[in-house]
Amino acid sequence: MIISIASGKGGTGKTLVATSLTLALKDKYRVRLLDGDVEEPNDHVFLKPDISGNQPVFIPIPKIDKAMCNHCGKCAEVCAYNAIAVLGEHVLTFPELCHGCGACSYLCSEKAIYEERRQTGVVEWGNADIITFFQGRLTVGEAMAPPVIRQLKKHTDSDGIAIIDSPPGTSCPVVEAIKGSDFCLLVTEPTPFGLNDLVLAVETVRQLGIDCGVVLNRAGVGDNKVEEYCRSENIPILLTIPLDTEIARLYSRGITLVESKPEWKEKFMGLFEKIKETVDARDRSLKR
Amino acid sequence: MREIVVLSGKGGTGKTSIVGSLAALAKGKVMADCDVDAADLHLLLQPTVKQNNEFWSGQLAQIDEAKCTECGLCQELCRFKAIRDYKVDSIACEGCGFCSHICPTDAITMKENMSGHWFVSDTRYGPLVHARLGIAQENSGKLVAQVRQQAKRIAEERGFDCIISDGPPGIGCPVISSLSGASLAIMVTEPTLSGIHDLERVLGVSYHFGVPATVCINKHDLNEENSRRIEDYCKDEGIVVAAKIPFDNAVTEAIVRGIPVVEYADGAVSREIEGLWEVISH
Repeated sequence: MIISIASGKGGTGKTLVATSLTLALKDKYRVRLLDGDVEEPNDHVFLKPDISGNQPVFIPIPKIDKAMCNHCGKCAEVCAYNAIAVLGEHVLTFPELCHGCGACSYLCSEKAIYEERRQTGVVEWGNADIITFFQGRLTVGEAMAPPVIRQLKKHTDSDGIAIIDSPPGTSCPVVEAIKGSDFCLLVTEPTPFGLNDLVLAVETVRQLGIDCGVVLNRAGVGDNKVEEYCRSENIPILLTIPLDTEIARLYSRGITLVESKPEWKEKFMGLFEKIKETVDARDRSLKR
Repeated sequence: MREIVVLSGKGGTGKTSIVGSLAALAKGKVMADCDVDAADLHLLLQPTVKQNNEFWSGQLAQIDEAKCTECGLCQELCRFKAIRDYKVDSIACEGCGFCSHICPTDAITMKENMSGHWFVSDTRYGPLVHARLGIAQENSGKLVAQVRQQAKRIAEERGFDCIISDGPPGIGCPVISSLSGASLAIMVTEPTLSGIHDLERVLGVSYHFGVPATVCINKHDLNEENSRRIEDYCKDEGIVVAAKIPFDNAVTEAIVRGIPVVEYADGAVSREIEGLWEVISH
């Protein structure tokens, strides 16, 4: 089972939920955590895994064999990202614009384009106690997170439970992180910002056809419009975490909720049971 | 023209609350919301939309079933796995057009994609340029570039010499697009281990693109030890810590009321944000 954790708005508590859910499940299930917020991965701060291996993430970029090139301009014409320009007898490439689609090298009639690899990030793994941990890391200064997330997700475990911590927002990195999940938990807070971005996140998961539920964090501050919205849209609020400066202080020190307050282990287990019911019910209806 | 962008690396550190307050404090400026996939600044500035423009960017492959012979070449060559069973997955398609060039029966055409909207609005704090990327769309960086370009145009037209923009979280494409060529980045952080980790990465992006940065520690009293760590780190790096804002529920209460916190409360939070504006406006 794959459970992704997303939010729309940043800083609502995705990392808190992902790490505590993973820890709550570890004694009963085979569970792994994948940190898909590759721009700013933070789960390692809380789980403190021993990183034992890594694999660089490359994207293929074009290189021009000047001896073979006849400057016909076909490569520049087919490149949708303006990553190649042909000026007279010069061919310029702009690797940071290249998406690695491979059109230029395939379509070059002179076979004058070959591909080299450019590193844009890394996928790392290791263990934290009995939890298998993976994270992607986009290189600072690089723009494209999706290739790093794609490579990270190759480590999703289909037999056990994989929890994927997603980046904030609603655009391509989020879609890459959550697509293929059995369930998406949306973490929000009871403020107009939280609601505005929750609505966007719900639209995103619905477009991908993924079932979702809400974790309401910092409850007690703000207003009740998130609850009203969830009721009207028939989205279950599966867990409520109160606004509590003690929780915030522990978080600031990199300590997870279930480790500092063991009573939360039961609550996160309960959260998982509710997710499991939804996923099992859907699987049963698909089999019929 | 001075362009000040507010970033954070980590989300939810208080960028929008601070930008909303700067909007109330600064005179003669244009506001820009560069967080185009989860924009919130409008919830504080209460804009009246004057112009609503479609944003067309990128393309999507479209297969003409009548012409398709199901040879499978497109599926084999697409590196984004965007074609399955001779159908295009519009979410996976990156619009590269490779398939349209290699289809032996010319069954694939690329169609223009409307990926969002951008708006020019009036607020009681002056003009605001903001945008809404379509759900699950790409090209957020290009939409950010459009927002910045329009903000600059309006500032020039009205003779304003300052643009203040609210940036997205993270360090990727829309952050780079918000940051590159700006005059100053304000990095809003919080004294949590995640906040510090993310601050170091986003400062790395500002070095990379040669944009000077200043730091603002929000909720500094949540963990005084971590706040000192941030201050020491900034000192070593030669970065000014321009404000230390205490934790106060007034910030959330102001969000609920839909007004900038400096107009809602006159406590330490407001004084620190006023001090921040003093430091960066001189």
